[in-house]
Amino acid sequence: MKSFSPGWTLIKLYTILVYLFLFTPIVVVIVLAFNPKQFGIFPMEGVSLRWFIKLAHNSSIIDAFKNSLILGALTALVSTTIGILASLAFIRFEFPGKNTINTMLLAPIMIPEVVLGVALLLFLRFLQMPKSFALLVVGHVVLTLPYVLLIVQARLGGIRKDYEEAAKCLGANPFQTFREVTFPLLLPAVLAGALFSFTISFDDITATLFWASAQNQTVPVKIFSMLRNSISPEINALGAVMIVLTVATPLLAGYLSRKFSKEK
Amino acid sequence: MKSVKWKPWALLAPSISAVFFLLIIPVCFIVVYSFWLRAPSGADIPAFQFGNYAKFFADFFYPEILLRTLRIAFESVIICVVMGYIPAYFFYRSESRFKQVFLLLIMLPFWVSFIIRTMSWINIMGDSGLINHFLLKIGLIQAPIPMLYNEFSVLMGLLMYLLPFMMLNIYVSLEGIDKSLLEAARCMGCTEWQAFREVTLPLSLPGVSAGCLLVFVLTAGTYLPPMILGGPGDDMIANLIYKRVVGTLDWPFGSAISVILLSLLFVIVWTYNRYLGINQIFKSLQGK
Repeated sequence: MKSFSPGWTLIKLYTILVYLFLFTPIVVVIVLAFNPKQFGIFPMEGVSLRWFIKLAHNSSIIDAFKNSLILGALTALVSTTIGILASLAFIRFEFPGKNTINTMLLAPIMIPEVVLGVALLLFLRFLQMPKSFALLVVGHVVLTLPYVLLIVQARLGGIRKDYEEAAKCLGANPFQTFREVTFPLLLPAVLAGALFSFTISFDDITATLFWASAQNQTVPVKIFSMLRNSISPEINALGAVMIVLTVATPLLAGYLSRKFSKEK
Repeated sequence: MKSVKWKPWALLAPSISAVFFLLIIPVCFIVVYSFWLRAPSGADIPAFQFGNYAKFFADFFYPEILLRTLRIAFESVIICVVMGYIPAYFFYRSESRFKQVFLLLIMLPFWVSFIIRTMSWINIMGDSGLINHFLLKIGLIQAPIPMLYNEFSVLMGLLMYLLPFMMLNIYVSLEGIDKSLLEAARCMGCTEWQAFREVTLPLSLPGVSAGCLLVFVLTAGTYLPPMILGGPGDDMIANLIYKRVVGTLDWPFGSAISVILLSLLFVIVWTYNRYLGINQIFKSLQGK
């Protein structure tokens, strides 16, 4: 009924236009990555893989990829672990100052990233420590922790306490209860949190640009420094690889977790 | 209940220390540093003076950048609401069997790196970019129109970054509306449009305002679109901070600008929280 009204058609059309706006730049990056010519943007002069091959032979880009992957994985590991512990405290315990602490832990979302970047770098300078890979990891943990907290808490709130109490009645100790009951129920949230922090870390540029050094470049930082000259098919190719990686990972994870839960 | 007072604190300890040592203390350092002096040699001298703040407000140069940032942030907020509400509403009302795919579409832009989404406007608006190439091809223009490196291209880059946040916020608040309210309104004789105006729209406003605040804060804190897509006169406040800290290594002045930005946002977020409550934003981001 509704689907045939003119109003609904207009809404549909509007949505398509907005999505055209959002996705054209992304699609164009991928298309242009196959452009064989060296200068200028359009027109396409055939299809070639030469820029991808060039990327694969560029050791500084390979290094940046390695850095980004390790950084993302470490960030996801640390921030998901400490995020789960904190979420357990918020959902399962009552204690004074709970709301204040929750707000404090979520605060990084509301602080401009540029300030976050400067602040941490300044602190490091005060301690007279050089920029290092560790700085990137701790910085990214602060950036991603709030998101992990939000996702895990939402999920943990939905798990009934009864299961845990039943396990305890049956003689399980707190650690066993966590391992056998709480953690499996929490697993989807853990994966979602880890994945989300990985993608945030992998993609971040605003704060990372302050923290990265010449030895510790990430892929977005590399793209940024390549953009200094001008846009080129090589940058588009690097962008295309990034897009495929960051879009495919969550899709694959979602697909696998769905398949996994169905088989169970 | 058992008195396990230390337990939650043990669980919270890692997160609290992370935020305390990596966020709260560093921000305090910014405040302290903003009162320091910078020697001509480039060294920072501990001091307590307001010279850095006085320098910011000494002439129109810096306040103008601050005002431009606020203006662009307001423009982004308004455009994001106009562009984002209808698609969010479409996803909410759609009964298509592809609804799961649609929901994925809301999340998809978040997964593509900000710098890629920003730089790709060069592919589109550049001299040999998509638009100029198309217009030349159909013979509408003889020479490429310069479209990049002005405030318009900066705004395009910002929208690309901000619109997904706005849509997610609106969508989550729409999804939270009890659909039976809508049916009730229709049963009592409301038209589709009346039901939207009287029921759906008012109930979705918390999501809209949460989206607005988030977009505002994000705009105020980013320097990438002006840097990549803007001209020399399109800098925003975050660019100023970046240039002072990374470019000229003027830490005290960079800190003072950061404090000014932070206090301004604090006033805005505080006012918002006082009257509207900040939890809606957190609720929306929970939607992943």
